[in-house]
This record gives sequence, structure tokens and C-alpha cells, in this order.
Amino acid sequence: MLQLRFHGRGGQGVVTSAELLAVAAFIDGRHAQAFPSFGSERMGAPVQAFCRIDDAPIRAHEPVSRPDVLVVQDPTLLHHVDVFAGLAADGFVLLNSRHGAAPLGDAELPLPTGHVRALPATDLALEHLGRPLPGPVLLGALAALTHAVRLGSLTAAVEQRFIGATAEGNVAAATAGWEHIGAAAHA
Amino acid sequence: MRRQLEGSRAVAETVARCRPQVVAAYPISPQTHIVEALAGLVASGALRPCEFLNVESEFAAMSVAIGATATGSRSYTATASQGLLFMAEAVYNASGLGLPIVMTIANRAIGAPINIWNDHSDSMSQRDSGWIQLYAESNQEAVDLHMQAFRLAEQVELPVMVCMDGFVLTHAVEPIDVPEQEAVDAFLPPYAPRQRLDPADPVTIGAMVGPDAFMEVRYLMHAKQRLALDLIPRIAGEFAATFGRDSGGLVRGYRLDDAETVVVALGSVLGSIEDLVDARRARGERLGALAIRCFRPAPLEQIRSALAGASRVVVVEKAFAVGAGGIVGQDVRLALHGTGVPVHDVIAGLGGRPVTAEALDPVITRAWTGELAELTFLDLRRDVAERELARLPGAIA
Repeated sequence: MLQLRFHGRGGQGVVTSAELLAVAAFIDGRHAQAFPSFGSERMGAPVQAFCRIDDAPIRAHEPVSRPDVLVVQDPTLLHHVDVFAGLAADGFVLLNSRHGAAPLGDAELPLPTGHVRALPATDLALEHLGRPLPGPVLLGALAALTHAVRLGSLTAAVEQRFIGATAEGNVAAATAGWEHIGAAAHA
Repeated sequence: MRRQLEGSRAVAETVARCRPQVVAAYPISPQTHIVEALAGLVASGALRPCEFLNVESEFAAMSVAIGATATGSRSYTATASQGLLFMAEAVYNASGLGLPIVMTIANRAIGAPINIWNDHSDSMSQRDSGWIQLYAESNQEAVDLHMQAFRLAEQVELPVMVCMDGFVLTHAVEPIDVPEQEAVDAFLPPYAPRQRLDPADPVTIGAMVGPDAFMEVRYLMHAKQRLALDLIPRIAGEFAATFGRDSGGLVRGYRLDDAETVVVALGSVLGSIEDLVDARRARGERLGALAIRCFRPAPLEQIRSALAGASRVVVVEKAFAVGAGGIVGQDVRLALHGTGVPVHDVIAGLGGRPVTAEALDPVITRAWTGELAELTFLDLRRDVAERELARLPGAIA
């Protein structure tokens, strides 16, 4: 089972990201579950959402405490929340950052090479979606980095959820995230 | 056909396919998505004929459901937490009058302190109201239980609460099959009440009843609940034959064969418990789980029979009787009366504190080694509680 935890702030689409990923996994023919950890339900407050993907039906409904993948939508959370709690030794970290991995500071994450990736997801979202919502960019990057879902399933999930220009913008943002990681892999 | 759906959306679509003629609700977290979706289905014309009443309170919601059902309309509402408490007076009237209302409880803690997260304090507070109470382990079961609930309520002439864990299920997106309209219609015939309020053929429903007959009316409620003990498995059996899913019924055992230790629970926490059973079974330990799917009527004989081989029982429950102990645990002790099997109450997950397999694992070990107290509060920060207790006037340090 692949377990993912999303960290962000209220209004950034954290819950939507986890749900889109679960729908994409479902389109891939797998079992998936997504749910939020509701905090104070305020714009800007730290928010978590969880996703599980497996080939067998998923029974547990408890929060993901030992994630295989962390998606950090807002780098300012690194100093306020224990984002890395329980992260698997061979886990992945995707960080929305304009300054590469610099926001991680001196924190040496004992993860395999290439498992910690940073990308300017908000800037890419502004470019392709026109709104500062890093979620779809990070989902595209996640698909490229972990192969948790196929990019085509992700865009299909986006198109189930949104219509018109919003769907197109989200697809473009996801594709940009996917290419950002994919291009770096082949550089 | 299975779709990846939010639990609330799936329940709303299912309720719509049960063709309620009246939906009356007041929004409260975490029930809100259910009634929002139903309001949308009524407004769009997808659900008709149906009147959606966005009432001014939960008390009004239940009162409208009572009136509508008394005139012969299939009625539905949903609430949680303080909403259920505010509704309580009318809740008792619905069951006393034998009106087959179906209500979803999106289980949530009761304040103070104010808390929007999941536990079972709300539905457990209405334990003795005369309503049948069913608990869903998953969103699929929540869907299935709603279809069964209308059948059950209308056949036994009692209202039914379908309890699903707030946020944990209501806000979880999972693969769910919402049966097609034709299949629901075949399973659930239109509501045909024995009697109803009709100016053309007047009857009185809800007259004052004095000491000469009150006891009989209350006894009838109890007797009907006991009859439901036969009806509930029959409906679940018919449901399984039609839809191919084991949903509903009274209790469900998980790997109970030869189990020495059995964990009893209700609701969504069973998923983690079953994962724990599998993990410990893989180590050769004889652990099993028992889901109480129907809490009221209390399936005492079925609990006793399911636990017949157990040497010890651990009841994990998300509510408690303050000043006494477990609530579900009391039922389990009653079921096991005279067997001498020890029953341990583990109060867990109050106000949304996650109940994890990792936290339950050492509790099971302690039950095995005889170190588990009769009453335990899982993950309680005892130091915090004791510091506050020490501040009581007259506290002995």
C-alpha cells in the first residue's frame, strides 16, 4: 500500500489534491481512499489530507502516520508543523519551493538520492492555471516521481472534477509539474 | 457501478434513490455535505416528487419529519452532535408514535468543550430513545444501510438512525457503488402506512395517554425492537441476495474461529482493528474481531454466541457513560453474563483523536498478559489530567 500525506494551508486545495489523486488511482483500476484532517477550517491555517492507494480494498480509516510520500504545498509550514513525522526511510518528499531545497535548511533527510524534490509549483500554477494553487502542479510532479498514478489518469480525474477553462488550466498545470520532474530526470 | 465518491455524496444519492417525499434538515458539521447534496438533487428536479425544507432548527427538522410521516410521506433527515441534542424531545416522539423516519447521524462529539470531530457521544446519548441504531464500518456499508433502514423502519414501524463516523467516513473519498434506481425500487417498495392522518378518514396520532395505557405503549416500542432482531438479518440476507454485499445484519465476526481474544467495536474503527487482527494472526496469535452493526435493538444472544469461544474480550468504543465506564461494554457484559469471560472497556477516539492500529496493538498485548484494566482511556495524556485534578479545591497532593 502506498500512503501519502499532503501538507498545506486552508484555501490551497490540499483536500482537493488528495481527492484528485484518489480518483486518478481509481481510474488506474486500483483501490484508493482520500480524506482530510480537518483542523480549524480557516483560510491559511495548516491543513493535512491523506491518500492511500493499494491493489486490495482498503479498510483502515485512520490518518496516515507513516507516509511513503509527503507533499508539502507551502514551505513556510516546515517551521511550524512536524511535516516529516513518520516518513518512511525510502520515502519521497515533494516540496513547493521557489528556492529549491533551501527551505529545508540544514535538515539532512536520510532519504535515497533523488527522493527529495523541490519545484516552484506556485509559479508554474500562476503560469498555467492563472491562480496560485500549487496542487495540480505537485500532483503532476508526484506522478512523474513516484509513478503512483499515470499522468493520463490524473488529467482524466481533473476533467471529471472541473469543466472548461478551469479543467484546461489544471491539466496544463499538472502536465507542467510532470514535465518539470521528468525533464530533470533526463537532464 | 463503483465510482470514487465522497461518503456524504454517496449517502445523499442513495437516500434520493429511496424516494423520500419529504426531506427536512438543518445543516451542522459534519452532516452538511449530505443535506447540501440532497437539496441540490431536489432543486434540480432529479429527486421528485420531494419537498426539501430548510428548517430553522433540528427540533423543527424532526417535527416536520414527524408530521410528514404521520400523513403518509416517506421522510428523511440528518444531523449530528448538538443538533441531535437540540432535536432530542422530538426524537423520542418519533419513536413513541411509531413513525418510520430514517435519520443519518454523522457522528460527532458533544461539547463542552466545543469540538466538531468524530466520536459516538451523540448517537449514544439517544440510546434509550426507542430508535433502532445501525453503525456503518465503511461508506459502502453506509450506502447499503440506508436502503435497508427504510425497509426496516416501515416494516417494524420504528424510526432508524444510520450512524456513520463524521469526517472519517462522511468526508472520505472511496470506491462506492450506489445501486441504480431500478434496483433500489425493486428492493424498497413505496411507503404504505397502516394508518395515516387524512382529513377524509380522520384518526388521531399522538393523543395523551394516561397511566392506564402508557406502559403498554412504551412496552410495544420495546417489543417491536425485539421483533426487529429477526427482521434485520432477514433484510440483510435479502439485500445480500440482491446486491451481492454482506452489509447490515446484527453482528459480523472477523476471524473469530478459535480466537482467544476478541476485539468488539462499532463503526469505521473496525478497519484498523481488522488490519491489526491480520497482522497478529500472521504472528500466530489467535485474535479476532466482532463488529456490532446493530446497536439497538441490542443483539445480546448474537453477541454471546459470537464470543462463545473467547477467553477475553476488549471493547473499543468512542463514547462512555461518565462516572461509570463503557456503554457498549455494558451490553457485552450483559450478553456474556455468567460466562466469567473478562470484558475490558477501552474508551478511544473521543473528540476525533485518531484510533490507530499502532495504539491498539499494545492494549491487546496487555489484555493477553492480564495487565489490562477493566476500564482504559486510549492515548490519554494522564499527566495533563492529573495536573488539573491536583488543582481542585481540597485536592490531596
